[in-house]
Amino acid sequence: MTVENGPAGAHPSTAALSRADVVHVARLARLDLSEDELELFTGQLASVLDYAADVAALDLTGVRPTAHPLPVVNVLRDDVVAPSLERDIVLAMAPSVEDDRFSVPRIVGEEP
Amino acid sequence: MSTTLGDDWEMVIGLEVHCELLTATKLFCGCRNAFGDEPNTNVCPVCLGLPGSLPVLNTGAVERAMAIGTALGCEIRPSSFHRKNYFYPDQPKDYQISQYDEPINTGGRLELPDGSVVGITRAHLEEDTGKTLHVGEGGRIHAADHSLVDYNRAGVPLVEIVSEPEIRTAAQARAYVAELRAVLVATGASDGRMEEGSMRVDANVSVRPAGNEVMGTRCEIKNLNSLRSLTRAIEYEADRQVALLDAGGTIDQETRHWDEEAGRTSTMRSKEEANDYRYFPEPDLVPLAPGAEWIERVAAGIGPLPAERRLALAALFDGGPTPAQRDQILAVVDLGLDPLLRSATDAGVPATLALARTANEVATDTDAALRLERTSFATLLGLEANGTLSATQTKAVLAVLLERGGGDPGGIAAELGFESLSSGSLAATVADIVAAHPDEWARFVEGDKKMTGFFVGAVMKATGGNANGKAVTAELARLAAP
Ligand SMILES: [Zn+2]
Repeated sequence: MTVENGPAGAHPSTAALSRADVVHVARLARLDLSEDELELFTGQLASVLDYAADVAALDLTGVRPTAHPLPVVNVLRDDVVAPSLERDIVLAMAPSVEDDRFSVPRIVGEEP
Repeated sequence: MSTTLGDDWEMVIGLEVHCELLTATKLFCGCRNAFGDEPNTNVCPVCLGLPGSLPVLNTGAVERAMAIGTALGCEIRPSSFHRKNYFYPDQPKDYQISQYDEPINTGGRLELPDGSVVGITRAHLEEDTGKTLHVGEGGRIHAADHSLVDYNRAGVPLVEIVSEPEIRTAAQARAYVAELRAVLVATGASDGRMEEGSMRVDANVSVRPAGNEVMGTRCEIKNLNSLRSLTRAIEYEADRQVALLDAGGTIDQETRHWDEEAGRTSTMRSKEEANDYRYFPEPDLVPLAPGAEWIERVAAGIGPLPAERRLALAALFDGGPTPAQRDQILAVVDLGLDPLLRSATDAGVPATLALARTANEVATDTDAALRLERTSFATLLGLEANGTLSATQTKAVLAVLLERGGGDPGGIAAELGFESLSSGSLAATVADIVAAHPDEWARFVEGDKKMTGFFVGAVMKATGGNANGKAVTAELARLAAP
Protein backbone atom coordinates (compact mmCIF):
# COMPACT_ATOMS: atom_id res chain seq x y z
CA MET A 1 0.00 0.00 0.00
CA THR A 2 1.25 3.44 -0.81
CA VAL A 3 0.17 6.29 1.40
CA GLU A 4 -0.79 9.29 -0.64
CA ASN A 5 -2.64 11.42 1.83
CA GLY A 6 -3.24 11.19 5.56
CA PRO A 7 -6.48 10.00 7.08
CA ALA A 8 -6.95 13.44 8.55
CA GLY A 9 -7.09 14.95 5.07
CA ALA A 10 -9.45 17.84 4.47
CA HIS A 11 -13.01 17.07 5.53
CA PRO A 12 -15.55 17.94 2.91
CA SER A 13 -17.46 20.95 4.08
CA THR A 14 -21.22 20.66 4.33
CA ALA A 15 -21.65 22.51 1.10
CA ALA A 16 -19.30 20.13 -0.65
CA LEU A 17 -21.13 16.96 0.45
CA SER A 18 -22.98 16.02 -2.69
CA ARG A 19 -25.45 13.30 -3.40
CA ALA A 20 -22.67 11.70 -5.53
CA ASP A 21 -20.44 11.53 -2.42
CA VAL A 22 -23.17 9.67 -0.58
CA VAL A 23 -23.66 7.27 -3.50
CA HIS A 24 -19.90 6.62 -3.48
CA VAL A 25 -19.71 6.05 0.27
CA ALA A 26 -22.75 3.79 0.11
CA ARG A 27 -21.08 1.71 -2.60
CA LEU A 28 -17.93 1.35 -0.48
CA ALA A 29 -20.09 0.13 2.41
CA ARG A 30 -22.04 -2.17 0.05
CA LEU A 31 -25.32 -0.39 0.87
CA ASP A 32 -28.06 -0.40 -1.72
CA LEU A 33 -29.93 2.84 -1.04
CA SER A 34 -33.21 3.93 -2.59
CA GLU A 35 -33.63 7.46 -3.99
CA ASP A 36 -35.51 8.49 -0.84
CA GLU A 37 -32.81 7.06 1.40
CA LEU A 38 -30.11 8.87 -0.54
CA GLU A 39 -31.99 12.11 0.01
CA LEU A 40 -32.42 11.38 3.73
CA PHE A 41 -28.82 10.33 4.35
CA THR A 42 -27.29 13.17 2.38
CA GLY A 43 -28.99 15.55 4.82
CA GLN A 44 -28.11 13.51 7.88
CA LEU A 45 -24.46 13.05 6.90
CA ALA A 46 -24.21 16.76 6.18
CA SER A 47 -25.34 17.56 9.71
CA VAL A 48 -22.75 15.11 11.10
CA LEU A 49 -20.09 16.91 9.10
CA ASP A 50 -21.28 20.20 10.55
CA TYR A 51 -19.99 19.05 13.92
CA ALA A 52 -16.57 18.45 12.36
CA ALA A 53 -16.78 21.85 10.74
CA ASP A 54 -17.27 23.39 14.19
CA VAL A 55 -13.98 21.87 15.33
CA ALA A 56 -12.25 22.76 12.07
CA ALA A 57 -13.22 26.40 12.68
CA LEU A 58 -11.26 26.53 15.95
CA ASP A 59 -7.72 27.83 16.16
CA LEU A 60 -5.81 24.65 16.97
CA THR A 61 -2.29 25.99 16.63
CA GLY A 62 -0.05 24.16 19.08
CA VAL A 63 -2.62 21.45 19.85
CA ARG A 64 -1.14 18.01 19.21
CA PRO A 65 -3.23 15.50 17.22
CA THR A 66 -4.97 12.99 19.46
CA ALA A 67 -4.07 9.41 18.58
CA HIS A 68 -6.25 7.94 21.31
CA PRO A 69 -8.53 9.39 23.99
CA LEU A 70 -6.71 7.45 26.75
CA PRO A 71 -3.34 8.83 27.87
CA VAL A 72 -1.84 5.33 27.75
CA VAL A 73 0.82 3.79 25.45
CA ASN A 74 2.43 0.34 25.00
CA VAL A 75 -0.34 -2.00 26.05
CA LEU A 76 1.30 -5.29 25.14
CA ARG A 77 1.16 -9.02 25.77
CA ASP A 78 3.96 -11.58 25.83
CA ASP A 79 4.49 -13.71 22.71
CA VAL A 80 3.04 -16.84 24.32
CA VAL A 81 0.62 -19.25 22.65
CA ALA A 82 -2.90 -19.38 24.08
CA PRO A 83 -5.46 -22.04 23.17
CA SER A 84 -7.34 -21.47 19.92
CA LEU A 85 -10.98 -22.45 19.36
CA GLU A 86 -12.04 -25.97 18.41
CA ARG A 87 -12.42 -26.11 14.66
CA ASP A 88 -15.81 -27.86 14.84
CA ILE A 89 -17.17 -25.00 16.93
CA VAL A 90 -15.73 -22.42 14.56
CA LEU A 91 -17.00 -24.02 11.38
CA ALA A 92 -20.44 -24.64 12.90
CA MET A 93 -20.89 -20.84 12.90
CA ALA A 94 -20.33 -20.61 9.15
CA PRO A 95 -23.22 -20.65 6.68
CA SER A 96 -21.22 -22.88 4.35
CA VAL A 97 -18.17 -25.09 4.81
CA GLU A 98 -16.07 -27.21 2.45
CA ASP A 99 -12.81 -29.09 3.13
CA ASP A 100 -12.58 -27.61 6.65
CA ARG A 101 -12.62 -24.12 5.15
CA PHE A 102 -15.18 -21.32 5.05
CA SER A 103 -16.95 -21.42 1.71
CA VAL A 104 -17.71 -17.96 0.34
CA PRO A 105 -19.27 -16.65 -2.89
CA ARG A 106 -17.13 -15.96 -5.92
CA ILE A 107 -14.92 -12.95 -5.26
CA VAL A 108 -14.05 -10.39 -7.89
CA GLY A 109 -11.71 -7.50 -7.67
CA GLU A 110 -11.77 -6.41 -4.06
CA GLU A 111 -8.51 -7.86 -2.77
CA PRO A 112 -6.43 -5.28 -0.89
CA MET B 1 19.97 2.12 -17.48
CA SER B 2 17.79 -0.81 -18.40
CA THR B 3 19.19 -3.53 -20.57
CA THR B 4 15.78 -4.50 -21.92
CA LEU B 5 14.45 -1.05 -22.73
CA GLY B 6 17.38 0.28 -24.73
CA ASP B 7 18.68 3.78 -24.21
CA ASP B 8 15.48 5.75 -24.81
CA TRP B 9 13.51 4.65 -21.74
CA GLU B 10 14.20 4.28 -18.07
CA MET B 11 12.35 2.15 -15.52
CA VAL B 12 11.28 3.55 -12.18
CA ILE B 13 10.62 0.80 -9.67
CA GLY B 14 9.51 0.90 -6.05
CA LEU B 15 9.05 -2.31 -4.10
CA GLU B 16 6.75 -3.24 -1.25
CA VAL B 17 7.97 -6.32 0.57
CA HIS B 18 5.66 -8.07 3.02
CA CYS B 19 7.58 -10.07 5.54
CA GLU B 20 5.90 -12.48 7.97
CA LEU B 21 7.52 -12.22 11.37
CA LEU B 22 8.97 -15.28 13.14
CA THR B 23 6.85 -14.98 16.26
CA ALA B 24 5.23 -17.75 18.27
CA THR B 25 1.82 -16.10 18.07
CA LYS B 26 -0.25 -13.76 15.91
CA LEU B 27 -0.10 -9.96 16.06
CA PHE B 28 -3.15 -9.37 18.25
CA CYS B 29 -4.04 -12.76 19.75
CA GLY B 30 -2.38 -15.84 21.23
CA CYS B 31 -3.14 -18.15 18.27
CA ARG B 32 -0.13 -20.00 16.91
CA ASN B 33 1.75 -18.36 14.01
CA ALA B 34 2.63 -21.49 12.04
CA PHE B 35 2.86 -22.43 8.37
CA GLY B 36 1.23 -25.62 7.10
CA ASP B 37 -1.10 -26.47 10.01
CA GLU B 38 -4.54 -28.00 9.43
CA PRO B 39 -6.89 -25.27 8.08
CA ASN B 40 -8.79 -23.13 10.61
CA THR B 41 -7.16 -24.69 13.68
CA ASN B 42 -5.23 -21.54 14.73
CA VAL B 43 -8.22 -19.24 15.08
CA CYS B 44 -9.93 -17.51 18.00
CA PRO B 45 -12.55 -14.80 18.59
CA VAL B 46 -9.97 -12.03 17.98
CA CYS B 47 -8.60 -13.19 14.62
CA LEU B 48 -12.09 -14.29 13.50
CA GLY B 49 -13.41 -10.83 14.31
CA LEU B 50 -16.16 -12.13 16.60
CA PRO B 51 -18.19 -9.46 18.42
CA GLY B 52 -16.79 -8.34 21.76
CA SER B 53 -13.24 -9.54 21.15
CA LEU B 54 -10.35 -7.15 21.68
CA PRO B 55 -6.88 -7.12 20.09
CA VAL B 56 -3.75 -6.91 22.29
CA LEU B 57 -0.41 -6.17 20.63
CA ASN B 58 2.32 -8.86 20.66
CA THR B 59 5.64 -7.73 22.21
CA GLY B 60 7.58 -10.23 20.05
CA ALA B 61 6.19 -8.73 16.84
CA VAL B 62 7.02 -5.19 17.98
CA GLU B 63 10.61 -6.18 18.79
CA ARG B 64 11.08 -7.85 15.40
CA ALA B 65 9.70 -4.77 13.67
CA MET B 66 12.15 -2.66 15.68
CA ALA B 67 15.00 -5.02 14.73
CA ILE B 68 14.11 -4.61 11.04
CA GLY B 69 13.98 -0.84 11.42
CA THR B 70 17.35 -0.83 13.17
CA ALA B 71 18.98 -3.03 10.52
CA LEU B 72 17.66 -0.74 7.77
CA GLY B 73 18.85 2.41 9.53
CA CYS B 74 15.31 3.69 10.07
CA GLU B 75 14.15 6.06 12.76
CA ILE B 76 12.01 4.09 15.24
CA ARG B 77 9.12 6.35 16.18
CA PRO B 78 5.96 6.48 18.24
CA SER B 79 3.28 4.88 16.10
CA SER B 80 -0.40 4.05 15.98
CA PHE B 81 -2.76 1.61 14.27
CA HIS B 82 -5.58 2.19 11.79
CA ARG B 83 -8.34 0.12 10.29
CA LYS B 84 -8.17 -0.33 6.54
CA ASN B 85 -11.70 -1.13 5.46
CA TYR B 86 -12.53 -3.32 2.48
CA PHE B 87 -14.89 -6.11 1.55
CA TYR B 88 -12.97 -9.26 0.85
CA PRO B 89 -13.35 -12.45 2.85
CA ASP B 90 -9.63 -12.88 3.51
CA GLN B 91 -10.21 -10.73 6.61
CA PRO B 92 -13.20 -11.90 8.63
CA LYS B 93 -13.42 -8.46 10.30
CA ASP B 94 -13.92 -6.66 6.93
CA TYR B 95 -10.92 -4.53 7.82
CA GLN B 96 -7.20 -5.04 8.25
CA ILE B 97 -5.35 -3.48 11.17
CA SER B 98 -2.33 -1.65 9.77
CA GLN B 99 -0.17 1.36 10.46
CA TYR B 100 -1.03 4.32 8.31
CA ASP B 101 0.26 7.86 8.84
CA GLU B 102 2.35 6.97 11.91
CA PRO B 103 4.43 3.87 11.06
CA ILE B 104 6.91 2.46 13.57
CA ASN B 105 9.93 2.78 11.19
CA THR B 106 10.62 5.59 8.74
CA GLY B 107 13.45 6.79 6.52
CA GLY B 108 16.06 4.02 6.17
CA ARG B 109 18.37 2.74 3.49
CA LEU B 110 19.65 -0.54 2.10
CA GLU B 111 23.06 -0.76 0.45
CA LEU B 112 23.25 -3.48 -2.19
CA PRO B 113 26.35 -5.64 -2.82
CA ASP B 114 27.15 -3.60 -5.96
CA GLY B 115 27.41 -0.46 -3.80
CA SER B 116 24.14 1.12 -4.95
CA VAL B 117 21.81 2.39 -2.23
CA VAL B 118 18.02 2.19 -2.16
CA GLY B 119 16.10 4.42 0.23
CA ILE B 120 13.51 2.88 2.56
CA THR B 121 10.41 5.03 2.95
CA ARG B 122 8.89 3.12 5.84
CA ALA B 123 8.58 -0.31 7.43
CA HIS B 124 5.31 -0.69 9.29
CA LEU B 125 3.44 -3.37 11.25
CA GLU B 126 0.22 -4.91 10.01
CA GLU B 127 -1.69 -8.16 10.15
CA ASP B 128 -1.68 -10.77 7.39
CA THR B 129 -4.83 -11.98 5.66
CA GLY B 130 -6.33 -15.46 5.53
CA LYS B 131 -5.61 -17.77 2.63
CA THR B 132 -8.25 -18.05 -0.09
CA LEU B 133 -8.46 -21.01 -2.40
CA HIS B 134 -10.45 -20.43 -5.58
CA VAL B 135 -12.60 -23.37 -6.57
CA GLY B 136 -13.61 -23.77 -10.18
CA GLU B 137 -11.87 -23.53 -13.50
CA GLY B 138 -8.11 -23.68 -13.05
CA GLY B 139 -8.22 -22.06 -9.60
CA ARG B 140 -8.11 -18.62 -11.21
CA ILE B 141 -9.98 -15.94 -9.41
CA HIS B 142 -12.05 -14.67 -12.35
CA ALA B 143 -13.22 -18.15 -13.27
CA ALA B 144 -13.88 -19.34 -9.70
CA ASP B 145 -17.37 -20.55 -8.71
CA HIS B 146 -16.67 -19.97 -5.07
CA SER B 147 -13.73 -19.58 -2.74
CA LEU B 148 -12.61 -21.44 0.38
CA VAL B 149 -10.96 -19.57 3.22
CA ASP B 150 -8.49 -20.72 5.86
CA TYR B 151 -7.98 -18.12 8.61
CA ASN B 152 -4.83 -19.63 10.15
CA ARG B 153 -2.82 -16.86 8.48
CA ALA B 154 -5.30 -14.08 9.34
CA GLY B 155 -3.67 -11.91 11.98
CA VAL B 156 -0.13 -13.25 11.51
CA PRO B 157 2.28 -10.33 12.08
CA LEU B 158 3.78 -8.70 9.00
CA VAL B 159 6.19 -5.89 8.43
CA GLU B 160 5.68 -4.13 5.10
CA ILE B 161 8.88 -2.56 3.87
CA VAL B 162 8.32 0.16 1.30
CA SER B 163 11.24 1.33 -0.83
CA GLU B 164 11.66 4.71 -2.44
CA PRO B 165 11.07 4.55 -6.23
CA GLU B 166 14.83 4.54 -6.72
CA ILE B 167 15.30 1.14 -8.37
CA ARG B 168 16.13 1.41 -12.07
CA THR B 169 16.45 -2.13 -13.45
CA ALA B 170 14.90 -5.54 -12.91
CA ALA B 171 18.34 -6.84 -11.91
CA GLN B 172 18.65 -4.16 -9.23
CA ALA B 173 15.15 -5.03 -7.97
CA ARG B 174 16.26 -8.63 -7.67
CA ALA B 175 19.44 -7.66 -5.85
CA TYR B 176 17.41 -5.45 -3.49
CA VAL B 177 15.02 -8.26 -2.56
CA ALA B 178 17.88 -10.77 -2.17
CA GLU B 179 19.80 -8.40 0.11
CA LEU B 180 16.68 -7.44 2.06
CA ARG B 181 15.90 -11.12 2.52
CA ALA B 182 19.40 -11.75 3.89
CA VAL B 183 19.04 -8.78 6.27
CA LEU B 184 15.62 -9.96 7.49
CA VAL B 185 16.97 -13.44 8.17
CA ALA B 186 20.05 -11.99 9.92
CA THR B 187 17.87 -9.95 12.31
CA GLY B 188 15.95 -13.10 13.22
CA ALA B 189 12.74 -11.36 12.16
CA SER B 190 11.97 -13.69 9.26
CA ASP B 191 12.84 -17.09 7.82
CA GLY B 192 12.95 -15.44 4.38
CA ARG B 193 11.16 -18.37 2.72
CA MET B 194 9.64 -16.85 -0.40
CA GLU B 195 8.42 -20.26 -1.58
CA GLU B 196 6.27 -20.58 1.55
CA GLY B 197 4.96 -17.05 1.15
CA SER B 198 6.71 -15.67 4.22
CA MET B 199 8.15 -12.94 1.97
CA ARG B 200 5.90 -11.50 -0.73
CA VAL B 201 6.72 -8.69 -3.11
CA ASP B 202 4.56 -6.11 -4.92
CA ALA B 203 6.32 -4.00 -7.53
CA ASN B 204 5.32 -0.48 -8.57
CA VAL B 205 6.60 -0.07 -12.11
CA SER B 206 6.58 2.91 -14.42
CA VAL B 207 8.67 4.03 -17.38
CA ARG B 208 9.81 7.45 -18.53
CA PRO B 209 12.02 8.81 -21.29
CA ALA B 210 15.64 8.44 -20.17
CA GLY B 211 16.85 11.57 -18.39
CA ASN B 212 13.31 12.75 -17.66
CA GLU B 213 12.68 13.71 -14.03
CA VAL B 214 8.90 13.38 -14.17
CA MET B 215 7.42 10.05 -13.07
CA GLY B 216 5.28 8.09 -15.50
CA THR B 217 1.97 6.52 -14.47
CA ARG B 218 2.71 3.42 -12.45
CA CYS B 219 1.15 -0.01 -12.24
CA GLU B 220 1.35 -2.18 -9.16
CA ILE B 221 2.16 -5.82 -9.86
CA LYS B 222 1.01 -8.41 -7.33
CA ASN B 223 1.82 -12.08 -6.83
CA LEU B 224 5.59 -11.96 -7.11
CA ASN B 225 6.69 -14.82 -4.92
CA SER B 226 10.12 -15.65 -6.28
CA LEU B 227 13.13 -13.67 -7.44
CA ARG B 228 12.57 -15.15 -10.89
CA SER B 229 8.94 -13.95 -11.01
CA LEU B 230 10.03 -10.51 -9.83
CA THR B 231 12.59 -10.10 -12.60
CA ARG B 232 10.38 -11.47 -15.35
CA ALA B 233 7.32 -9.49 -14.27
CA ILE B 234 9.17 -6.18 -14.11
CA GLU B 235 10.73 -6.69 -17.53
CA TYR B 236 7.42 -7.74 -19.05
CA GLU B 237 5.56 -4.81 -17.49
CA ALA B 238 8.14 -2.21 -18.54
CA ASP B 239 8.11 -3.54 -22.12
CA ARG B 240 4.31 -3.47 -22.12
CA GLN B 241 4.22 0.14 -20.96
CA VAL B 242 6.84 1.26 -23.49
CA ALA B 243 4.99 -0.47 -26.33
CA LEU B 244 1.76 1.28 -25.29
CA LEU B 245 3.43 4.70 -25.05
CA ASP B 246 5.33 4.22 -28.33
CA ALA B 247 2.00 3.48 -30.00
CA GLY B 248 0.63 6.79 -28.68
CA GLY B 249 -1.41 5.19 -25.88
CA THR B 250 -1.54 6.03 -22.19
CA ILE B 251 -0.98 3.95 -19.07
CA ASP B 252 -3.90 3.40 -16.70
CA GLN B 253 -2.90 3.39 -13.07
CA GLU B 254 -4.02 -0.05 -11.95
CA THR B 255 -3.17 -3.18 -10.06
CA ARG B 256 -1.95 -6.01 -12.28
CA HIS B 257 -1.57 -9.67 -11.56
CA TRP B 258 1.54 -11.59 -12.63
CA ASP B 259 0.80 -14.95 -14.25
CA GLU B 260 4.03 -16.95 -13.91
CA GLU B 261 2.94 -19.64 -16.35
CA ALA B 262 1.79 -17.31 -19.09
CA GLY B 263 4.69 -14.94 -18.40
CA ARG B 264 2.50 -11.85 -18.48
CA THR B 265 0.72 -9.32 -16.28
CA SER B 266 -3.00 -8.64 -16.57
CA THR B 267 -5.44 -6.13 -15.09
CA MET B 268 -6.76 -7.10 -11.67
CA ARG B 269 -8.63 -3.91 -10.88
CA SER B 270 -8.18 -0.22 -11.18
CA LYS B 271 -6.43 1.38 -8.25
CA GLU B 272 -8.63 2.46 -5.37
CA GLU B 273 -8.06 5.87 -3.98
CA ALA B 274 -6.48 5.66 -0.53
CA ASN B 275 -9.68 7.35 0.71
CA ASP B 276 -11.73 4.39 -0.50
CA TYR B 277 -10.22 2.27 2.25
CA ARG B 278 -11.70 4.72 4.78
CA TYR B 279 -8.74 4.42 7.14
CA PHE B 280 -9.56 5.49 10.64
CA PRO B 281 -7.74 5.09 13.97
CA GLU B 282 -8.19 1.65 15.56
CA PRO B 283 -10.07 2.54 18.75
CA ASP B 284 -9.20 -0.77 20.45
CA LEU B 285 -5.43 -0.19 20.38
CA VAL B 286 -3.48 2.52 22.16
CA PRO B 287 -0.38 4.05 20.55
CA LEU B 288 2.98 2.33 20.62
CA ALA B 289 5.92 4.40 21.87
CA PRO B 290 9.08 2.38 22.50
CA GLY B 291 11.56 4.14 24.79
CA ALA B 292 15.25 4.59 24.01
CA GLU B 293 16.27 1.86 26.45
CA TRP B 294 14.00 -0.72 24.77
CA ILE B 295 15.16 0.31 21.28
CA GLU B 296 18.81 -0.07 22.36
CA ARG B 297 18.19 -3.47 23.92
CA VAL B 298 16.63 -4.76 20.67
CA ALA B 299 19.47 -3.28 18.59
CA ALA B 300 22.06 -4.97 20.82
CA GLY B 301 20.46 -8.35 20.10
CA ILE B 302 20.92 -8.14 16.32
CA GLY B 303 23.72 -10.33 14.92
CA PRO B 304 26.15 -9.17 12.21
CA LEU B 305 24.41 -8.09 8.99
CA PRO B 306 25.18 -9.63 5.57
CA ALA B 307 27.42 -6.78 4.34
CA GLU B 308 29.63 -7.12 7.42
CA ARG B 309 29.72 -10.91 7.06
CA ARG B 310 30.76 -10.67 3.42
CA LEU B 311 33.64 -8.38 4.40
CA ALA B 312 34.71 -10.85 7.08
CA LEU B 313 34.82 -13.71 4.55
CA ALA B 314 36.65 -11.60 1.96
CA ALA B 315 39.29 -10.79 4.59
CA LEU B 316 40.19 -14.50 4.75
CA PHE B 317 41.67 -14.29 1.24
CA ASP B 318 45.22 -13.00 0.93
CA GLY B 319 45.17 -10.35 -1.77
CA GLY B 320 41.36 -10.41 -1.74
CA PRO B 321 38.92 -12.83 -3.37
CA THR B 322 38.69 -13.20 -7.16
CA PRO B 323 35.49 -11.95 -8.84
CA ALA B 324 34.23 -15.55 -8.98
CA GLN B 325 34.98 -15.98 -5.28
CA ARG B 326 33.15 -12.72 -4.57
CA ASP B 327 30.04 -14.16 -6.21
CA GLN B 328 30.44 -17.32 -4.14
CA ILE B 329 30.81 -15.29 -0.93
CA LEU B 330 27.60 -13.42 -1.81
CA ALA B 331 25.74 -16.70 -2.30
CA VAL B 332 27.16 -18.30 0.86
CA VAL B 333 26.13 -15.31 3.02
CA ASP B 334 22.70 -15.12 1.34
CA LEU B 335 22.13 -18.75 2.29
CA GLY B 336 23.41 -18.18 5.84
CA LEU B 337 26.21 -20.73 5.37
CA ASP B 338 29.07 -18.46 6.43
CA PRO B 339 29.22 -19.81 10.03
CA LEU B 340 29.75 -23.29 8.53
CA LEU B 341 32.53 -21.99 6.28
CA ARG B 342 34.10 -20.14 9.18
CA SER B 343 34.14 -23.32 11.29
CA ALA B 344 36.43 -24.88 8.65
CA THR B 345 38.75 -21.88 8.24
CA ASP B 346 38.92 -21.49 12.03
CA ALA B 347 40.17 -25.10 12.12
CA GLY B 348 42.95 -24.19 9.69
CA VAL B 349 41.38 -25.19 6.35
CA PRO B 350 42.49 -22.83 3.55
CA ALA B 351 39.78 -20.27 2.69
CA THR B 352 39.81 -21.16 -1.01
CA LEU B 353 38.99 -24.80 -0.28
CA ALA B 354 36.40 -23.99 2.41
CA LEU B 355 34.65 -21.52 0.09
CA ALA B 356 34.67 -23.90 -2.88
CA ARG B 357 33.15 -26.79 -0.92
CA THR B 358 30.57 -24.53 0.78
CA ALA B 359 29.50 -22.72 -2.37
CA ASN B 360 29.58 -25.68 -4.75
CA GLU B 361 28.70 -28.80 -2.80
CA VAL B 362 27.05 -27.69 0.45
CA ALA B 363 24.88 -24.97 -1.09
CA THR B 364 23.03 -27.48 -3.29
CA ASP B 365 20.88 -28.45 -0.31
CA THR B 366 20.50 -25.46 1.99
CA ASP B 367 18.15 -27.15 4.45
CA ALA B 368 20.57 -30.03 4.99
CA ALA B 369 23.50 -27.61 5.09
CA LEU B 370 21.98 -25.57 7.91
CA ARG B 371 21.55 -28.80 9.94
CA LEU B 372 25.07 -30.07 9.22
CA GLU B 373 27.36 -30.42 12.26
CA ARG B 374 30.04 -27.77 11.86
CA THR B 375 32.78 -29.90 13.43
CA SER B 376 32.13 -32.78 10.98
CA PHE B 377 32.43 -30.36 8.07
CA ALA B 378 35.61 -28.78 9.43
CA THR B 379 37.20 -32.18 10.11
CA LEU B 380 36.36 -33.46 6.62
CA LEU B 381 37.88 -30.43 4.88
CA GLY B 382 40.93 -30.86 7.12
CA LEU B 383 41.33 -34.37 5.68
CA GLU B 384 41.14 -32.98 2.15
CA ALA B 385 43.54 -30.15 2.94
CA ASN B 386 46.21 -32.46 4.35
CA GLY B 387 45.92 -34.90 1.47
CA THR B 388 44.27 -37.79 3.29
CA LEU B 389 41.22 -37.58 1.02
CA SER B 390 41.02 -36.57 -2.64
CA ALA B 391 38.56 -33.96 -3.87
CA THR B 392 36.34 -36.70 -5.30
CA GLN B 393 36.39 -38.64 -2.04
CA THR B 394 35.73 -35.52 0.01
CA LYS B 395 32.65 -34.75 -2.07
CA ALA B 396 31.37 -38.30 -1.61
CA VAL B 397 31.86 -38.14 2.18
CA LEU B 398 30.26 -34.67 2.25
CA ALA B 399 27.16 -36.01 0.50
CA VAL B 400 26.79 -38.63 3.25
CA LEU B 401 27.41 -36.04 5.99
CA LEU B 402 24.69 -33.79 4.53
CA GLU B 403 22.28 -36.72 4.38
CA ARG B 404 22.97 -37.76 7.99
CA GLY B 405 23.38 -34.25 9.39
CA GLY B 406 26.89 -35.04 10.63
CA GLY B 407 29.09 -37.92 11.74
CA ASP B 408 32.74 -38.93 11.70
CA PRO B 409 34.24 -38.14 8.27
CA GLY B 410 37.05 -40.69 8.73
CA GLY B 411 34.53 -43.41 9.56
CA ILE B 412 32.36 -42.52 6.57
CA ALA B 413 35.42 -42.54 4.29
CA ALA B 414 36.16 -46.07 5.54
CA GLU B 415 32.52 -47.10 4.96
CA LEU B 416 32.82 -45.86 1.40
CA GLY B 417 35.98 -47.96 0.92
CA PHE B 418 38.35 -44.99 0.78
CA GLU B 419 40.75 -46.40 3.42
CA SER B 420 42.95 -47.96 0.69
CA LEU B 421 44.06 -44.44 0.01
CA SER B 422 45.53 -43.80 3.40
CA SER B 423 48.95 -42.19 3.08
CA GLY B 424 50.60 -45.64 3.42
CA SER B 425 48.77 -47.18 0.46
CA LEU B 426 49.20 -44.01 -1.62
CA ALA B 427 52.97 -44.24 -1.08
CA ALA B 428 52.86 -47.87 -2.19
CA THR B 429 50.92 -47.01 -5.35
CA VAL B 430 53.31 -44.19 -6.21
CA ALA B 431 56.31 -46.48 -5.61
CA ASP B 432 54.80 -49.15 -7.92
CA ILE B 433 54.29 -46.65 -10.71
CA VAL B 434 57.77 -45.17 -10.29
CA ALA B 435 59.24 -48.68 -10.51
CA ALA B 436 57.24 -49.39 -13.69
CA HIS B 437 58.54 -46.25 -15.50
CA PRO B 438 62.31 -46.00 -14.87
CA ASP B 439 63.01 -43.67 -17.87
CA GLU B 440 60.29 -41.18 -16.94
CA TRP B 441 61.42 -41.31 -13.31
CA ALA B 442 65.01 -40.46 -14.28
CA ARG B 443 63.75 -37.40 -16.17
CA PHE B 444 61.60 -36.39 -13.18
CA VAL B 445 64.58 -36.64 -10.83
CA GLU B 446 66.57 -34.45 -13.25
CA GLY B 447 63.87 -31.80 -12.88
CA ASP B 448 61.69 -32.28 -15.99
CA LYS B 449 58.47 -30.54 -14.86
CA LYS B 450 56.37 -32.30 -17.50
CA MET B 451 56.99 -35.57 -15.72
CA THR B 452 55.05 -34.38 -12.65
CA GLY B 453 51.90 -34.39 -14.74
CA PHE B 454 52.77 -37.79 -16.14
CA PHE B 455 53.15 -39.42 -12.70
CA VAL B 456 50.16 -37.66 -11.11
CA GLY B 457 48.06 -38.76 -14.11
CA ALA B 458 49.28 -42.33 -13.80
CA VAL B 459 48.50 -42.46 -10.07
CA MET B 460 45.05 -40.97 -10.66
CA LYS B 461 44.39 -43.61 -13.30
CA ALA B 462 45.58 -46.39 -10.99
CA THR B 463 43.36 -45.18 -8.12
CA GLY B 464 40.30 -44.38 -10.20
CA GLY B 465 40.66 -40.66 -9.47
CA ASN B 466 40.62 -41.18 -5.71
CA ALA B 467 44.15 -39.94 -4.99
CA ASN B 468 44.79 -36.42 -3.77
CA GLY B 469 46.88 -34.60 -6.37
CA LYS B 470 48.77 -32.59 -3.76
CA ALA B 471 49.56 -35.73 -1.76
CA VAL B 472 50.87 -37.46 -4.92
CA THR B 473 53.12 -34.50 -5.74
CA ALA B 474 54.43 -34.48 -2.19
CA GLU B 475 55.14 -38.22 -2.30
CA LEU B 476 56.98 -37.87 -5.66
CA ALA B 477 59.12 -35.07 -4.21
CA ARG B 478 59.87 -37.20 -1.14
CA LEU B 479 61.02 -40.14 -3.33
CA ALA B 480 63.13 -37.91 -5.57
CA ALA B 481 64.86 -36.19 -2.65
CA PRO B 482 68.50 -37.30 -2.35
ZN1 LIG C 1 -6.54 -15.77 17.14
